[in-house]
Amino acid sequence: MSTESIAWPTTTAASPSFVDHLHTWVTTVDHKRLGILYIVYALIFLVIGGVEATVMRIQLIRPHNDFVSPQVFNRMFTMHGTTMIFFVAMPILFGFANYLIPLMIGARDMAFPRLNAFGFWMTAFGGLLLYFSLVGANGLYGAGNAPDVGWFAYAPLTSQTFSVGHSTDFWTLALLVSGFGSISTAINIVATVLCMRCPGMTLAKMPLFAWLNLVMAGLVILAVSPLTAAQIMLLLDRYLGAHFFDTQAGGSAVIWMHFFWIFGHPEVYVLVLPAFAFASEIIPVFSRKAIFGYPVMVGATVAIGFISMSVWAHHMFTVGMGANANTFFVLSTLAIAVPTGIKIFNWLATMWGGKIEFKTPMLFCIAFLFQFLIAGLTGVMMSAAPFDWQLGNSYFVVAHFHYVIVGGILFTLFAAFYYWFPKMSGKMYSEILGKLHFWLFLIGFHLTFDFMHVPGLLGMPRRIYTYEPGRGWDTWNLIVTIGVFFQAAGILVFLGNLLWSYYRGKDAGSDPWDAWTLEWSTNSPPPAYNFASIPVVKSRRPLWDLKHPDDPDWKYE
Amino acid sequence: MNTAHLTPPRTELEWRLPSRGRVGMSALIAAEAAIFTIFVVAYLFYVGKSLSGPTPREVLSPPFFYTFCLLSSSLTIHFASRSLRRWNFRRFGAWWLLTITLGAIFLYGTASEWHRLIYRDGLTISTNLFGTTYYSLVGLHGFHVVVGLVCLSTVMVFTLFGAVKQEHAERIDVLSLYWHFVDAVWIVVFTVVYVIGR
Repeated sequence: MSTESIAWPTTTAASPSFVDHLHTWVTTVDHKRLGILYIVYALIFLVIGGVEATVMRIQLIRPHNDFVSPQVFNRMFTMHGTTMIFFVAMPILFGFANYLIPLMIGARDMAFPRLNAFGFWMTAFGGLLLYFSLVGANGLYGAGNAPDVGWFAYAPLTSQTFSVGHSTDFWTLALLVSGFGSISTAINIVATVLCMRCPGMTLAKMPLFAWLNLVMAGLVILAVSPLTAAQIMLLLDRYLGAHFFDTQAGGSAVIWMHFFWIFGHPEVYVLVLPAFAFASEIIPVFSRKAIFGYPVMVGATVAIGFISMSVWAHHMFTVGMGANANTFFVLSTLAIAVPTGIKIFNWLATMWGGKIEFKTPMLFCIAFLFQFLIAGLTGVMMSAAPFDWQLGNSYFVVAHFHYVIVGGILFTLFAAFYYWFPKMSGKMYSEILGKLHFWLFLIGFHLTFDFMHVPGLLGMPRRIYTYEPGRGWDTWNLIVTIGVFFQAAGILVFLGNLLWSYYRGKDAGSDPWDAWTLEWSTNSPPPAYNFASIPVVKSRRPLWDLKHPDDPDWKYE
Repeated sequence: MNTAHLTPPRTELEWRLPSRGRVGMSALIAAEAAIFTIFVVAYLFYVGKSLSGPTPREVLSPPFFYTFCLLSSSLTIHFASRSLRRWNFRRFGAWWLLTITLGAIFLYGTASEWHRLIYRDGLTISTNLFGTTYYSLVGLHGFHVVVGLVCLSTVMVFTLFGAVKQEHAERIDVLSLYWHFVDAVWIVVFTVVYVIGR
């Protein structure tokens, strides 16, 4: 199938002007274009958030450094956390969900295309609002500063007394606005998966990608809404003089922590379930085997969804909640390791005995398996309340959750980029640059986040802008910062690979991986209508059935 | 490397899926329920913790009449959609108008209660924790009633121009799901504010 003749669907024969081109993108309701908008938007914010992280690491490279002021350092860690969670991770995962779910379930678009556009633009303007604080936070003076209250913005730091000016308001409004976008996209994903599947695709025959994103969307609905409620309360406190988090008037600072983490912990699973979804699609294809234990994978996913709603207060062991509450949250946190462990065993069993092809997506997935295991193990360590009392708020915690988010989620995201780039662009990426990216990033990741555990164990607290020499932290911090530059180099190779391959790459064809899900049955890039005729499926691997009519899957499922 | 263009064959198959309108609205209701849950938890958490007056027992009395109006509007909207399914557009319009009226009466009830609390009892959102939680919870519900009334009135305008037909029954049902939710939340708010909170 030549991709010469396949232009972007709305492009006319005469080359359209830039304004026309822009107009088609701004007004689009096509799930594929919105998916790409989400992804490109998130990549821009990934670079911004990465620069913020680099600034922090340069500041901490040696004791008594004065690369930035303490005030700027506070703004950097606030903006880095907020940007990476709300304007990189969520949009990029929504982007892949948007692009792939309709293709995988044999539909022509999402259930509500216009709601889809609404969700994207709310998220986009939420991000702009956050960064507008840099110029607008002091009102009309034309100068401002970024929020500096930390990404979980504990009360009473966010009250008018301690957060003068409007930087905290920009933070609140940005999260409120992007929260509406996230909720509407989640509603859309639920409705799409439940109501738009092609004939024959029962729930038990859906690709795992659709299952995991369905549970993810359910979690967004139940977890982002409490954050929205808490942000409304904070706005009432700041603008109308309400007392929700005002301890002077009998309000409670701890209830903000509860409300935030009722969102905050399921949020981790909102981010990691799509990562599991990528791994569950990519590992079987490059192991040349069907996924091991499909029903157990679905069951474990749903179990994670349920248990994740009851673990939030493990972020609050150091607050002093009392023995009963501590015990409950220790046990529920330990319990969630079980379904997660089941998944790791299933991926390993999928690879076991397979003909593994070590292409770039698979390399990232294999690294993910090891790293996510370690991230889970430090998680289990800290789920024990006494251990957490010792290490809570230290760099050990920072190392742990970056192991989850970078080592787990970002690695599978890179895998997903390489795996689906040929489908989205019609071009093949450069395998050499992909492998270079993998090794650079792997080395950088381990330099940074393996060694970050150690200063945490030695007592270095997070969010300090500098430290005294001679505490045994110096060398570790130097190594951690050196790792950042390897990661930055890896990211540059990655972005360069995307751009180079988009313009100069070889045509990929419709099915470069000899894969089994429906998105590979249509052109690359797919036409606006996705499928000329709506497919009918009989098994979990419809393309296997088509390629092997003598030995179809549906005989065995 | 398989580059063949594969098109799965189409065969006739009995294939029914849930309505996306109903699923979408149910998901929205789940999100709204989560938001209300947080406000209800905050209300219950702060019951009796105000450092100054007025207290709920001094100034609140259960609005039985307005509650009756709002809850019966769930019944009238049900009759309205049933009339639409039976092709009776005149009766549909009458029930629909009655639903809007009942909702508006309820909103008037909330407004007059707030007016009394602010100007007679001197309770505002910044007076004490009771004021903070009361106005935000009842206000959040009132906001949902307003949104509901805007949607219902839009349908009413279409009805007056004769644009609502039987094929719209599905959409009317989806909208009435939202209205039922607004009514059901009021039962929770009523219990929390006027029974437990007093």
